[in-house]
Amino acid sequence: MFKVAYFPGCSLSSTAKEYDVATRLVCEDLEIELVEVPEWVCCGATTAHITSELTAAVLPARSLIWAEKHNMTITSPCSACFSRLKMAQLNLEKYPGLKKEAEEILGETYSGKGEVLHLTRVMLERYGVDNIKAKLKKQLKGLKIACYYGCLMTRPAEVCENDRVEDPMLMDNLVSALGAQAVKWSYKTECCGAAFSLTKTEIVRKLSGDILKEAKASGAELIMVACPLCHSNLDARQPEISKLLKAELNIPVLYFTQVIGLALGYGYLDLMLNKHFIDPAPLLKAKGIL
Amino acid sequence: MKYELQLKNIKEGFRKDVENLSQQKISNCYQCGKCSAGCPVAYAMDYPPSMIMRMIQLGMHDPVMSSNTSWYCVSCETCTTRCPREIDIAKVMDTLKIMAQAGKYKLSENEIPIFDWIFLKSIELTGKIYELGMIGAYNLLSLNPFKDVYPMGLKMILKGKIGFIPHLIYNPFEVIKNIRMFNAIRKKDRERIYEKNV
Amino acid sequence: MARIGVFVCHCGTNIAGVVDVTRVAKYAGSLPGVKVAVDYKFMCSDPGQNTIIDAIKKYGLDRLVVSACSPRMHEATFRRTAERAGINPYMVEMANIREHVAWVHSDDKELATQKAMKLMEMAVAKVRRSEALSKMFAPIEKRALVIGGGIAGIQAALDIAGAGYKVLLVEKEPSIGGRMAQLDKTFPTLDCSACILTPKMVAAAQDPNITLLTYAEVTEVCGFVGQFEVKIKKKAKSVNSKCIGCGVCTTKCPSKKALSEFDEKLAPRKAIYTPFPQAVPNVPVIDRTACTFFLTGKCKICEKVCPTGAIDYTQQDEFIKEKFGAVVVATGFDIYDHSNYGEYGYGEIKDVITGLQFERLISSTGPTAGHVTRPSDHREVKNVVFIQCVGSRDEAKKRPYCSRVCCMYTAKQAMLLKDHYPETQAYVFYIDIRSAGKNYEEFVQRAQNEYGVLYLRGRVSKIYERANKLLVKGADTLSGAQVEIEADLVVLANGFEPKKGAKEFAQLFHMSSDQYGFYNELHPKLAPVETAISGVFVAGCCQSPKDIPDTVAMASATAAKVCALFAKEKLEVEPLIAGVNQLTCSGCETCYNVCPYSAIEMKDKEVKRGEVRHVAEVLESVCKGCGACVGACYSKAVDLKGFTDRQVLDQVETATAPITDN
Repeated sequence: MFKVAYFPGCSLSSTAKEYDVATRLVCEDLEIELVEVPEWVCCGATTAHITSELTAAVLPARSLIWAEKHNMTITSPCSACFSRLKMAQLNLEKYPGLKKEAEEILGETYSGKGEVLHLTRVMLERYGVDNIKAKLKKQLKGLKIACYYGCLMTRPAEVCENDRVEDPMLMDNLVSALGAQAVKWSYKTECCGAAFSLTKTEIVRKLSGDILKEAKASGAELIMVACPLCHSNLDARQPEISKLLKAELNIPVLYFTQVIGLALGYGYLDLMLNKHFIDPAPLLKAKGIL
Repeated sequence: MKYELQLKNIKEGFRKDVENLSQQKISNCYQCGKCSAGCPVAYAMDYPPSMIMRMIQLGMHDPVMSSNTSWYCVSCETCTTRCPREIDIAKVMDTLKIMAQAGKYKLSENEIPIFDWIFLKSIELTGKIYELGMIGAYNLLSLNPFKDVYPMGLKMILKGKIGFIPHLIYNPFEVIKNIRMFNAIRKKDRERIYEKNV
Repeated sequence: MARIGVFVCHCGTNIAGVVDVTRVAKYAGSLPGVKVAVDYKFMCSDPGQNTIIDAIKKYGLDRLVVSACSPRMHEATFRRTAERAGINPYMVEMANIREHVAWVHSDDKELATQKAMKLMEMAVAKVRRSEALSKMFAPIEKRALVIGGGIAGIQAALDIAGAGYKVLLVEKEPSIGGRMAQLDKTFPTLDCSACILTPKMVAAAQDPNITLLTYAEVTEVCGFVGQFEVKIKKKAKSVNSKCIGCGVCTTKCPSKKALSEFDEKLAPRKAIYTPFPQAVPNVPVIDRTACTFFLTGKCKICEKVCPTGAIDYTQQDEFIKEKFGAVVVATGFDIYDHSNYGEYGYGEIKDVITGLQFERLISSTGPTAGHVTRPSDHREVKNVVFIQCVGSRDEAKKRPYCSRVCCMYTAKQAMLLKDHYPETQAYVFYIDIRSAGKNYEEFVQRAQNEYGVLYLRGRVSKIYERANKLLVKGADTLSGAQVEIEADLVVLANGFEPKKGAKEFAQLFHMSSDQYGFYNELHPKLAPVETAISGVFVAGCCQSPKDIPDTVAMASATAAKVCALFAKEKLEVEPLIAGVNQLTCSGCETCYNVCPYSAIEMKDKEVKRGEVRHVAEVLESVCKGCGACVGACYSKAVDLKGFTDRQVLDQVETATAPITDN
């Protein structure tokens, strides 16, 4: 049994409930044990690091220390949470002064040796695409998927480690393994505007609009993401973006665990596909997947 | 020309302050403009990132601190990833925001600080983010109460994506621990920023 | 009893600004054997040297200590001074109180002065036991080896041959010509590269003093200036000397799998090939990794069609060993491989090409016969973006240096494009324009003003691949604008880097190279073509990125150095070599085994009357004075002239004793 510390993050208990449900379901099927960090606190998301370096280090450090104590790799399905956990680890290592202050506040020491990985890497690299492939019940034949990685699971280059920072292939390889077709496009890591979702919505509309347009132009029928912020910008804001662009985009946006779930034979409601603003049912039915 | 650079309006040590707090060598910047070229929000900024770097080098404190640039930084790290001089530009933008919020400088942009304050308060009091309360409070404080209510907000609620009840840490000891922790952080931050910034 | 004179130099304020030179001189005066000690502003100047000569005469001195700069700077000067005054030049010692004291200890003048006194005192201790040595001479093999057949190697070979000396020109590829042969036109005159290069290639081939050895590599080097012994691998061409260069074999060869190195992999080439039509020598070679016969055992078409029976599949690599008096290293450069630039497509976007590929595209002898079309779909181009500083001035990519020529070649390429296709538009993204050279700045101005090339000041952030187009996102920092250009073709100005394997090659000669692998010159200003290994010279881009005029000038300079060396009857060598006291030598052969230069011979010799023993003897012309044998000798029978054990021990004793001035 493959065991990791699981940091779901705030979004996965509300706006991205379906991501959490699908992830737990798929991981159970694949026999990946997700041990939720007890009493975890928010990672600080997009605000802590622009307000106080120390807050940005202390908030994730609590979960990091817990995982380290229990000798587990810590993972998050949310790119923002992952990024904050990873950046906290890197900053605590890089700046000894910061580490000292953080340890004083937490009253605990942190060695920094534990691993911090995004859920995509835990599932697709550590567990392995080949192992997933061995358990598939269905091939997602004929589905053209644009894999969208966004900023926070790829940048800065230090967090990307062995994938290519400007043209990551991790999820693309998964798509091929599931029998679907990963479209070649060059907006994989463009920014959707995540941090401004609520405050500067017009920026989000422009950036996410560019991404949706490019995905559509590259022939994608579906966008696959691994971050609740990317998802809400591309999915929940898609109707307004369509209106703004005066074009019917209508391109479903699914989490990567939902896509794996489909290939493992799970149904529409099992994976909570009904939660998406852009309903993927017509597309999936047309392709004979549902 | 918009600015006249004279010895008297160069704030001595501004560059050093930013360099110390961000731990980035801004004097390394040779103005290739790659950060500005790749910045997804540069179109909305008063000055593109490379120009901000130049103005920091020249100690042009007032235009830097009163510009909206750092507030429009979306922290996508594209600039940092591609900088040929290995400057973490996104971190410099963070530092400018931290310096501004430390209260020493006038803020050009009030929306984001309000949001940040609510956001962090939410974490302090509940350990997590309580979306509905947070959005509501933000909309009220930013004097735009019906922003995003229709159709997105309504649809979100209908789809069960936004809960009415905050997901709290239920253990009261944890809550107290959390608030204490935030107090301790605030104290240390004040000391550090003032010590390095004076 | 020794009569020593000590001369302390101020070197202006270089030394005197830190070291109390009068105190050093005064202390020197108090040392045993020192008959006179003076300080002077510039000892190396004419009046300074005269001071020394006068003192020698006045006090009857027989040995000198000069406390001044590094012996590398002025030891030869003061040895000549001594000689002029009738003292053996090896009775001079230098104490380096500039580089070793003043320049590094300016923060503590008292301690600096004490260190200067100590170094001077040690030199006095050493010179006390100096012995007169006589100059030695070694023969010179008056034949030069030039490694690399690009424009640098060709020029050096032609100049050396022109002075009447024999040259062997070794080239790794099947033809000489190098990078310059790949270029279409040259800046700033836009004259055809091949037109000015091919006559030189032919001249090199026809010169009776030059022997060409193409498809060959240097594999081993030993010896030293005047007497290098070099092993060269002649790679099997599979074509023998009967070849008349008719080219039938290449035409008939069915293999098209290999990509042309000369055309920068833009086109296939045959398995039996000459790199380009004007190749010198015009003899093809078989690439055994691509040849159907070598891969499958069947084919042999070239053998069947060859009218002279020149194909020889059984040929083996052959090694030759030859002697040379001097070596010119002109091994050239590679262009930076932009597969490290993820933002420019990891080298995987077909229509993002290198500057050198553009040269091949626009050259009438290139794969498209001079038509600039997109490598991906062969469509004609309208908007072409040039991006400068790719693999140059980029610390993140570990290439912080400026490659010097990219600004110029980009301007040239943009002009050529406009020349060939007036309806196209060229955009150049640059950081700074570096156009220092005769007529260079005017050239870049012409590109902008006459040819309408649009220059944009900013590095490109990313190239996005779109259906049939490339979206280039850059900036113009001068206007503060973000710039997006839909381009058909993007040309990168790839910087220069050392040839692959440059560091390993340097080790053959014990040459040093910088952190990137460019070869180090002996002195950045005053000895730019010499290396730390005497008799080995560097020319062209293996030393640092440079343009054709600088390369040619540098090559001619190496030729002048080689000719100056060869013009001597014999080579004067330092007599600071090892000597064996055969009376105490036990004949154990340890020194014979440790000597890296094979300078020790074991001989059965009559060492005393009636006593013949097996003893070591130093071959004076071969010994380099490294001292390995001295350390290795069990019976202390070997000593190094000018650095005897006694001298060194006296220096150590002096160094560890306290200073006794008041």
